[in-house]
Amino acid sequence: MLVAVLGAAALIPVGYVVQVAVEMGWQQLAELVFRPRVGELLVNTVLLVVLGVPLTVVLGVGGAWLVERTALPARRLFAVLLVVPLTIPAFVASYGWASAIPSINGLGGGLLVAVLAYYPLVYLPALAALRGLDPALEESARSLGMGSWAVFVRVVLPQLRLAMLGGGLVVALHLLAEYGAFAFLRFETFTTAIVVAYQSSFAGPNAAALGVVLALLCFVVLLVEATARGRLRYARVGGGSPHPAPRLGLGRATPPVVLALVALAVASSVVPLVSVIRWALVTDAASWAPVVDATVQTLLLAVGGAVAALAVALPAAWLSARYPGRVARTLEGAYYFASSLPAIIVALALVTVTLRVLPGLYQTVATVIAAYVVIFLPRALVSVRAGIAQVPESLEEAARSLGTSPFVAKLRVTGPLLLPSLAAGGALVALGAANELTATLLLAPTGTTTVATGFWAAASAVDYPAAAPYALTLVLLSIPAVALMLAQVKARRTP
Amino acid sequence: MRPLLRAALVPLAAVPLLLAGCATGGGAAPDDALVVYNAQHEQLTEEWVAAFTEETGIDVVLRNGGDSELANQLVAEGSASPADVFLTENSPAMSLVEEAGLFAPVDESTLELVPEQYRPSTGAWTGIAARSTVLVYNPSLITEAELPASLMDLQQPEWKGRWGAAPSGADFQAIVSAVLETQGEDATSAWLEGMHENATIYRNNIATMKAVNAGEVPVGVIYHYYWYRDQDETAENSGNTELHYFGNQDPGAFVSVSGGGVLESSERAEEAQEFLAWLAGTEGQTILGEGYSFEYPVSSGVPAREPLPALDSLGAPAIDPSKLNGPQVIDLMTEAGLL
Repeated sequence: MLVAVLGAAALIPVGYVVQVAVEMGWQQLAELVFRPRVGELLVNTVLLVVLGVPLTVVLGVGGAWLVERTALPARRLFAVLLVVPLTIPAFVASYGWASAIPSINGLGGGLLVAVLAYYPLVYLPALAALRGLDPALEESARSLGMGSWAVFVRVVLPQLRLAMLGGGLVVALHLLAEYGAFAFLRFETFTTAIVVAYQSSFAGPNAAALGVVLALLCFVVLLVEATARGRLRYARVGGGSPHPAPRLGLGRATPPVVLALVALAVASSVVPLVSVIRWALVTDAASWAPVVDATVQTLLLAVGGAVAALAVALPAAWLSARYPGRVARTLEGAYYFASSLPAIIVALALVTVTLRVLPGLYQTVATVIAAYVVIFLPRALVSVRAGIAQVPESLEEAARSLGTSPFVAKLRVTGPLLLPSLAAGGALVALGAANELTATLLLAPTGTTTVATGFWAAASAVDYPAAAPYALTLVLLSIPAVALMLAQVKARRTP
Repeated sequence: MRPLLRAALVPLAAVPLLLAGCATGGGAAPDDALVVYNAQHEQLTEEWVAAFTEETGIDVVLRNGGDSELANQLVAEGSASPADVFLTENSPAMSLVEEAGLFAPVDESTLELVPEQYRPSTGAWTGIAARSTVLVYNPSLITEAELPASLMDLQQPEWKGRWGAAPSGADFQAIVSAVLETQGEDATSAWLEGMHENATIYRNNIATMKAVNAGEVPVGVIYHYYWYRDQDETAENSGNTELHYFGNQDPGAFVSVSGGGVLESSERAEEAQEFLAWLAGTEGQTILGEGYSFEYPVSSGVPAREPLPALDSLGAPAIDPSKLNGPQVIDLMTEAGLL
């Protein structure tokens, strides 16, 4: 019951989109949707996803394979370098690139910045999957006479399909949702156009109609991924390999491979970070003062979002891990669809709903946190469910056979074992919330400045020096969460 | 199911506690502060507020946004709005709120400070500043003789790919509202279609000016003060550019009035009126006139900052600020594919 109610709450944005479409009526909707402007946006947005996702998959999987399975020099260093872009929000990276190359713009600029910012979202799951693969399969293939390349393409890659599809899906949804980076680089997508429409008419028909199209796009992306995934199991079962996979020598390919990885690290991390630091050095002390307040507010909102998301994720994950069935699956699908909607749609929905139905919650912290829960719930859900799945039920049963009540058994036996996955899920949500821009801008109480909105205000005014302290703070705030993510992946070595 | 429920309720119970903690710890606004929905430039309003609070002891919090966004938000909020004062960069957004009947009349003594041409005849709000439309151009790409005689010329095919502007901003939408008021709906539609065809779209005036400076486009339509501010600082974004004033009552010489008004629903109406009077009075106008802003003061006889040309020398078309229509402009721009 409770889970169903929470699920329903997460569906408010979906309900909003449907409601808008119904309320507007076909004629007005068609008028707003079937016009050249929407065609332009559609071309831009589709090109972005169709070109961006394969690029991130190539970089992510390629990077993970090089780090995990080859005798790459300094591979521990590269393993970390490849994940560093996650600490730099895409809109900060675009600011970094724009101040390095002012003329950067359009599809090319948008793709460059987005791919460099988002490939770690494929890299991390690919790395985890590679660590979990049983090398015995590859050894058999090799013993049957396959070359290294053939083994990679025909044995390793198919086993990475889930990681590639999952990572690709996450990247696609990020590309659809990204506002700041593309707005900065003058690349128009549905999300940037919705924000502009919002700015010219608040929650008016144009913004809503564009939102309907964007929601459909998200649905298509989810559908494509689900179809491609087919009947493959979503959760990996079984432990890892009994012995580590042998590392492939790169031979003469070593110098160009190292060069390519260095270039990638320079483009994705060094260029944005150097720009940020360069501007931060010319910033006067007065520009640092407001960052302190903004950091406190950001931390409170991010931690609040993380705790609330975990509170919703825990029962939901419990249900799907311990009582799998149609109900659990349907609910889970609902969460995923709701959270695949870009933050701007979630924000529009919550503005409308709070104004009309719950005016007491309008422009309050509670609404901001509700938005964070809707947007970032899957991050908590995935982590917590994996945690629950790893705790053997027999431990709880043993505790109960010793006379503890079911509740105490859960609290004292399963609870502590869940802590790491709770921490990881919470960190991921907090990271997302700290970097969130559009929903925070629209929903936050009057007077709230988070690090992200403070950065955005300064960067929009092309006041680069004033934006730099915020940018640097965003990066610093992200480091712990990203380090935790990397540590989680690495822990897979010993199942 | 019951143990499951209980397990779920424990962490859930913590949420409201935490929210309460956030609300007191993180909320920036003191409860008795004046809430200003601010679409004026943040820096300018912050300067104003700091001086006002110091003088009167009245705290002010700002909710920042764009003209149309905040105006439509006020309409959606209606009498439940937490706002006490609304400040904009341009007047169409003020008219929108005025038409929804949400403004309380501005104190007579405040209106007397502001010359008639810079406020609506209704007295529902008042002008607090002004800004002039200009054409910024890059002399290495275009000679003075080649510049357009009128803003309306920019719809002609010879300007394809040769001018930049920021249609998503309220600033540009106010200019379009002047085109609409002076040229009529059909001419405005045609002009906007020409713009969709010809113009390179930037996000705001600064980005437009930067692009002209960098030689991406030869000319751009902006408001005057971005250029003067940049010249006063490092000229980093305007060093290669000059300004062209259309004059001759051309729509391109439009002077836009920034507005301020007090919400009818305000529970702090007296302080709100005090704030507005202060903005239009000598202190507020002096901060505007001498400060970093480079916008035009409109009242209390405060002169514009050097080296701005005098406001009455610009040849602006005479338009009643309350006649400018925001929603219709947005519809026309949406039809033209600019929004």
